[in-house]
Amino acid sequence: MTRDVDWEQLAATAEFKSLLRAKARFVVPATIFFIVYYFSLPLLVGYAPQLMARKVFGVVNVAYLFALSQFLMAWVVAWLYVRAAAGFDRMARDVVAKGSR
Amino acid sequence: MSHALVMFLGFIAVTLWITWWAARKSAGASAFFAAGRSLKAWQNGIAVAGDYMSAASFLGIAGIIAFQGYDGFMYSVGWLVAYLTVLLIVAEPLRNAGKYTMADVLAYRLSPRPVRAMGAVSTLTVGTFYMIAQMVGAGALVSLLLKDTGITYQTAVVGIGVLMIVYVVFGGMLATTWVQIVKAVLLMAGTILLSILVLGHYGFSFGAFFEAIGHVTYTNAQGATVTQDFMTPLLRYTPPYGALDLISLGMALILGTAGLPHILVRFYTVSDAQTARKSVVWAMFIIGSFYILTTFLGFGAATIVGRDFIAANGGNNMSAPLLAQALGGDLFFAFISAIAFATILAVVAGLTISASTSFAHDFWTNVLHGGRERREGEEVRVARITAFFVGGISILIAIVLGPTANVAFLVALAFAVAASANLPVIVLSLFWRRFNTAGAVCGLATGLVSSLVLIAMSPSILGRDGAIFPLENPGIVSIPLGFLGAVVGTLLTREPQAEQKFTELSVRANTGLGAERASSH
Repeated sequence: MTRDVDWEQLAATAEFKSLLRAKARFVVPATIFFIVYYFSLPLLVGYAPQLMARKVFGVVNVAYLFALSQFLMAWVVAWLYVRAAAGFDRMARDVVAKGSR
Repeated sequence: MSHALVMFLGFIAVTLWITWWAARKSAGASAFFAAGRSLKAWQNGIAVAGDYMSAASFLGIAGIIAFQGYDGFMYSVGWLVAYLTVLLIVAEPLRNAGKYTMADVLAYRLSPRPVRAMGAVSTLTVGTFYMIAQMVGAGALVSLLLKDTGITYQTAVVGIGVLMIVYVVFGGMLATTWVQIVKAVLLMAGTILLSILVLGHYGFSFGAFFEAIGHVTYTNAQGATVTQDFMTPLLRYTPPYGALDLISLGMALILGTAGLPHILVRFYTVSDAQTARKSVVWAMFIIGSFYILTTFLGFGAATIVGRDFIAANGGNNMSAPLLAQALGGDLFFAFISAIAFATILAVVAGLTISASTSFAHDFWTNVLHGGRERREGEEVRVARITAFFVGGISILIAIVLGPTANVAFLVALAFAVAASANLPVIVLSLFWRRFNTAGAVCGLATGLVSSLVLIAMSPSILGRDGAIFPLENPGIVSIPLGFLGAVVGTLLTREPQAEQKFTELSVRANTGLGAERASSH
């Protein structure tokens, strides 16, 4: 069934191009964001240990709270991605429909 | 002590029943290699989590936090955030464009023989290091736990090896997956229970718990008694190179996970990319919850059991089981130990099937025999035979290395190779039109060799003073080198066919058109 798909023609459709654009609009900034957010933890821990060792309440310090926030960050980014991906799925179905016509 | 043996025998009985059930149920290559691509998102998600939460996670992180405090928690963070790379970049295109292995995606538009051969080498390297680490850990654990029952390190290693061969050879991916699911559920249950007991010890007061973390007393290397705030960063990663090492570790964790063959093959076990996506989300929920709880396991062991006691009773890998003993007595100790053992067993089975799949599918069928099975069922038969060899070789190496081998560097090496060799070529092959065969082979080779060489020159092998390369984690150098190798190799050659086929790969990867379908619906 897929042997007779004209990939070049499909790739040239407006539907496919807008799918790629939509994906890039989410994935590129999201990836940059999570990488920057993640690496600021070892960077700050490594090069600003006084700041990170500052106590917030009791012995709980900035370093630990920042580490905990990474878990929340990962879950939130994943949740946002799943929401956005539902839109990508719809757009992909349009492309496929065009290919089988 | 025999409680642990009884519980572990119970786990073995359940897993052998699963294997028998899976063996009756499945036939054919897609069933053996990919569980018929018919797993549900939650099933695969739990199995991904199970594959991931190895001995290094459960015993290792608890041990590092118990001994060096906060720095151990950095592993927990990296191991979860790594799944964003899997979710956002790798999982869906891989499911859409591949069949059984990581190299499928590379072979799609590149010259299949060289990239599959290199892909198989890299997969087997990562798998072997990871596996030996698990087996040495398991052997050491068992010979400590069951020392009264006469089970030695050698017996334990052979036993684990034989069981993982049985799961894989007879039950294939379906059995391996369900063993993984059972183990993941047990591991989560054990971890939650242990965390509740830790909090209970402090009268369910977070304030009291964290207060105790602020004043951990132990005997230092000079024999003096010191009191340390274990929330303080950089107790493990000390100057002058600690900060760089921490960043290097982070790079290997974040980029290595998306290049681990035994994780990647899991995305072929579901019906489509949407299900693959959902299974990553399931995995992230379970893995994240688990790693947050390492706070209680690690700091609990540091404050309740104490570093000195753990050091005198089996070393830092025994932190979690000893914590269980202190809080719940011998029965709970046995339960947690059996879980640790089950964890290792399930992970080595997952590693064995991904290594066998890569050898049979990439190397045997595609490199040696031009992509065709000479006889029906040959690929599965070769994979089964490979599983015997993989198991046998791992047993031998684990016995030769012995129970005192430094296993931490083996796991670091696995992640470093995955991040430096596998990830660059996967990403470039999916997103860079100009990328070609020379680039892939060059990238895989540079990443593999540079991480191996840097580890060989690191403090893990040569000791703190003799090290030529000052970091334990080579990622900060080897990952850029892997990317560089791939880019340079590409730019030195031109391969019009690979560039042409990029269009097809891109449409397939992004839409799922023409993707491998589930077989048993």
